[in-house]
Amino acid sequence: MAVDYKELKKGGFMRQKQKDCFSMRLKSVGGHFTAAQLGTVQQVAEKYGQGYVHLTSRQGIEIPFIKLQDIDAVKAALKAGGVSVGVCGPRVRTITACQGAATCPSGLIDTVKLANEFDKRYGGRELPHKFKFGFTGCHNNCLKAEENDMGIKGGVMPAWSEASCTYCGVCAAVCPTKAITVDKEAKTVKLAADKCVYCGKCIKSCPTDAWTGENGFVISFGGLYGNRIAVGRHFLPIVFDEAKIYEIVDVTLKFFEDHARPSERFANCLDRVGWDKFQKAVEAVL
Amino acid sequence: MSKLAVDDTLDITDVVCPITFVKVKVALEDLEDGQKLGVHLNDGEPIQNVPRSLKDEGHKVLSVDQNDDGTWDLVVEKGGLA
Repeated sequence: MAVDYKELKKGGFMRQKQKDCFSMRLKSVGGHFTAAQLGTVQQVAEKYGQGYVHLTSRQGIEIPFIKLQDIDAVKAALKAGGVSVGVCGPRVRTITACQGAATCPSGLIDTVKLANEFDKRYGGRELPHKFKFGFTGCHNNCLKAEENDMGIKGGVMPAWSEASCTYCGVCAAVCPTKAITVDKEAKTVKLAADKCVYCGKCIKSCPTDAWTGENGFVISFGGLYGNRIAVGRHFLPIVFDEAKIYEIVDVTLKFFEDHARPSERFANCLDRVGWDKFQKAVEAVL
Repeated sequence: MSKLAVDDTLDITDVVCPITFVKVKVALEDLEDGQKLGVHLNDGEPIQNVPRSLKDEGHKVLSVDQNDDGTWDLVVEKGGLA
């Protein structure tokens, strides 16, 4: 019987150079695995692999040296132990996330929760080529949002109120882009909104909470970090409404489906078709 | 230095994060609530991070000023946010 490698790859079995051996890719969302899942992974790696796993660059786990004849048994063992298989090929890939606001003091958005919601909505969706989503909780960018076809970063739009300000100057001092100017003598505070990177350092440092802000999402498009390296671009203002994010994703994936050639990554598609055209399509739903 | 009178001063321009804040914490331990510490610190990570950590621990930054050489001087009141 001929082996359908394409179908196996779709189901997370990555063909190895060794004959009839596969590296079994497991499903990961936001890089979270329970201890019980890891127990299952250990058992499968010891029984069907070579007793080790490989941690992928996208927060996933692969179990190498799974034999062709064991594939069904491995799938059954994983399923029984609460572990799903991953995907590969031209579709929405593993959705990555930092730990985000649920645990991190710097986090501004609940990255892992969002990653799971995205997985429910878009995980594995067939597209002209692979498409990667990544979530990072804040401007520190631990998860490297701009490497992704669509990156989503937590941000906060600061607002200043005169009432409690002591004009100590800490906000201007901590601002990484020098977007804030404080005149201690004249008692004025100015924010150059176009320079703000929504990091929230002013808010987190202000001793009197004169700076407050609304958390939102800073979105980048067209990142690549493979054969070609391209940094995802920002052209949208910060978005505050989570529902709006899904509208933006829908437009983005539809644009990719409608315009990309088979096996053309999103950034390459945008370069060829026109970023301005894409920007117009996205801005239409804002 | 800032025009505010301080009870003690600390130079953390010779260390990097997170030792910067550790030294500030140690220096604050020697003060009473309400006393003021002057901190001399570098531009970049120290000035971006130390004030936030002070706030998290309940100390109130009273003033921050940049010097001609790019370093900063900060005055913090121990327990000023408690």
